[in-house]
Order: sequence, then C-alpha cells, then structure tokens
Amino acid sequence: MKTVIIKYNAGNVQSVMYALDRIGASYLYTDDEAEIRSADKVIFPGVGEASTTMSYLRNVGLDKVIPSLKQPVFGTCVGMQLMCRFSEENNTQCMGIFDVDVKRFPADAGLKVPHMGWNNISSYQSPLTAGLPDNAYVYFVHSYAAPVCEYTVASCDYALPFSAMLHKDNFYAAQFHCEISGNAGQQILENFLKL
Amino acid sequence: MLTKRIIPCLDVKDGRTVKGVNFVNLRDAGDAVELGAMYAAQGADELVYLDITATVDGRSTFIDLVRRVAQTINIPFTVGGGISSIADVSALLHAGADKVSINSAAVRNPDLINELSLEFGSQCIVVAIDTRYIETENGFEHIVHTHGGRKATEIRSIPWAKEVEERGAGEILLTSMDTDGTKAGFALELTSTISGNANIPVIASGGAGNMEHFYDVFTEGKADAGLAASIFHFREIDIPDLKDYLQNKDLPIRMTR
Repeated sequence: MKTVIIKYNAGNVQSVMYALDRIGASYLYTDDEAEIRSADKVIFPGVGEASTTMSYLRNVGLDKVIPSLKQPVFGTCVGMQLMCRFSEENNTQCMGIFDVDVKRFPADAGLKVPHMGWNNISSYQSPLTAGLPDNAYVYFVHSYAAPVCEYTVASCDYALPFSAMLHKDNFYAAQFHCEISGNAGQQILENFLKL
Repeated sequence: MLTKRIIPCLDVKDGRTVKGVNFVNLRDAGDAVELGAMYAAQGADELVYLDITATVDGRSTFIDLVRRVAQTINIPFTVGGGISSIADVSALLHAGADKVSINSAAVRNPDLINELSLEFGSQCIVVAIDTRYIETENGFEHIVHTHGGRKATEIRSIPWAKEVEERGAGEILLTSMDTDGTKAGFALELTSTISGNANIPVIASGGAGNMEHFYDVFTEGKADAGLAASIFHFREIDIPDLKDYLQNKDLPIRMTR
C-alpha cells in the first residue's frame, strides 16, 4: 500500500511521520502530483495559518489536486479547515470539499482561546472511530473550528459544539492531532490506513 | 469537556534525567525516553523535558533526545532550556517537539516571543515564568527570575504574564520559586491571579506535595495544567491514583484506564 503525506508549507509534520512509523506504516512525503494521485491513501496534515497555507496551495496547484482525488484523503487540524469552504482566519477562501465555514471560537464565552488540551469527542459515526471507547479523549490545539453540520461524524464541545471529525465521500478530516492523541489517535490513524 | 492536564517534568543533563528516580520496573530510570514513555502509558497528559544545564553552560539543546522522545511517545511534549533563537526552535520542532518553552531569552529580548509565534504559530510557543516574591523598592513584589531562578530581573511577574500573551505566547509555564521544592502546595493566589487574567492556558509548577495540592491549583488556582517532577519520579504520587482522585472530586480529567 502506498501512503502519501502531502508536503507543503505546513510547519512541523515530523510527529505525523513518527506516528506512522510507530504503527509500522511506510509513507512518502511529497508534493508531486503524480505521486499523490497514485497513492492508495493520502494524508493532508496541517500546522499553521489558513491564508498563507491556502495561498501556497494555490501557487503550487494543490488546491485543485486535493479536491479531485478519488482515494481516501485524511486532513487533520488546519488541513481539515482548508478542506472547508471558508475560514474566518484572515477571511480565507478554502477548498470547499466540505460546504461549511470555519469560525473563530467566541471571545466572550469566558473560555481561553486557543482550545488547547485533551477533550472528549462524541456521537461517532465514522469508520475511523471503529474500536474507540465512548467519549474518547483526543488532543486539540486550535482557535478556529467548523460548526456541527451535515458532514459531522464526531463532535466536541468547547463553548459551543463543533465538528471534531468530518466525512464526505472519500474525504475524511479531524480537527485534533491524531499523531499525539495517545492510543485513541493511533487507532484512528490505523483505521484510516485500513480503509 | 476540556480536561485539566497532569504534566511530569523531566530534568535532563547529557540526555539523562538528573533528579533521582526509583522506578523499579524500569531497566534504566535515568533514560529520559524510557521514563517519558512510562509516564505516557500511566496517563500523563503531556511531558516537559528541561535541559537544565543549557542556559548556564550555553550548551546547545538536546536534539537527539528530542527526536527519540518524539519517535517513542504518542502524547504532546514541550522542551525547554537554553533556547534563544529561531534556529534553536526550528531544530527542536523539526526533531519532533510539539512546543518549546523559553524563559531567559524572552526576558532578554521580548521581541523574540513575537518573532517565534509569527514564525511557528503561538500554539507551540510556551513562555516559562520563574517568579519569586521578593522585597523591592516598592515593597514585596512577584519578580521574574532567570537562569533557573537564580537571577532576579526588574520585571514584575503579573504584568509580564499579560505581556507575553499579547506578544503571542500560546501558553504560560508559571513556576513559583517560593513554593518549588517545599511540597507545601502550589502558589495558589499568584497562579489564580495570572491564570484569571490570561486568555491562554497556564501550567502551574512548584510546590506539589500531595494530590490535594493539584485539586487546589485546578480550582482555587484556576490553573489549566499542573506540573511536578520529583513527587512523580519518587512515586510519592502515582499518576493513575492522582487522576482517579481528581475525577472523584468532579474535575474534568482524561481517564486512560
């Protein structure tokens, strides 16, 4: 099986690679369109800011490649947000795979932003959450989130309910960091690679 | 619900933990990777690795250890000690650290906080504040210390905490040098003031001696996370017991067993 991690200006993806190493999965870290298209599984990680990463994706054409992929694609954190329609983070038009807008957590809710730490996800209905205990804890670090919508397959609460995971056709996404989410995160990554 | 985090801190010198440890089930208790992995398995929510000699010796940090930790554990970890430049941070993040903690360098050059958060994102920039309640010309005040708490600055800790947030820090690691090592409990009033003012998470450190101290710092102290070292290393508190205790007192805790 060929797994590709999409290479772009996504900041540090080293921990994603180490997480795949731990479950014995091999992968290619590349931005080459042919390599991406020929992969069995594509991981689209993200650490960074929406507008600069989106403009980078546009410059190299990945903004067209990613939505046209047919194999299972898994976007995480900012990767998930870039798969949505729009992000309030510097008013960024994103790839529009999920027809939902990413919004900043409200400042007036009396909660600290970013939402940082372990929070439980619930209402799973994704093949990626198979085998997880109820209300599994995963690790979040983010200031923006997609509200619960028709593509939500796991939700989380911080000030308001938001989408912890999205799924549409061959596109899967998680707002949290699977790679550092303990055994739960590892299970989700394994489930994705088994799709 | 977002949970309160329990964070063991490992002081490291030449890649090995330096505070004595007495884990009989470990092959090598001084092995910082093995110890971290055990804490992760026990349910620690994050780890902090502190290169305790780096600031003093000007020694560069411990990239190889960081890489081995990142390869081994599946929870977030922060590294600190002697970090003073964008290049230092870049090397540590690329080795697999999730966050870096800066202290002396941020005091010396506060613009570094802005530069680092722009370059790498606030989420991975922790500013460590070592503070001590000392007499100044204005009477007793909480004053920022550097160099492992040995050197007083002229900076007042409470406004400094707000300033580092405004400059882009993603988290504050607040260590009270007054309570550190006393096992008499965290500095609740100061932690509460700083965490109550902050819109970013605050990790409380210094003074944990029993499980109730963690309860106090999460409630009265308003801390988002509690950090300790020797009480975990010497098994005076076992992390699973601590998490059971806190959950039984109705705090939001990530249970792993």
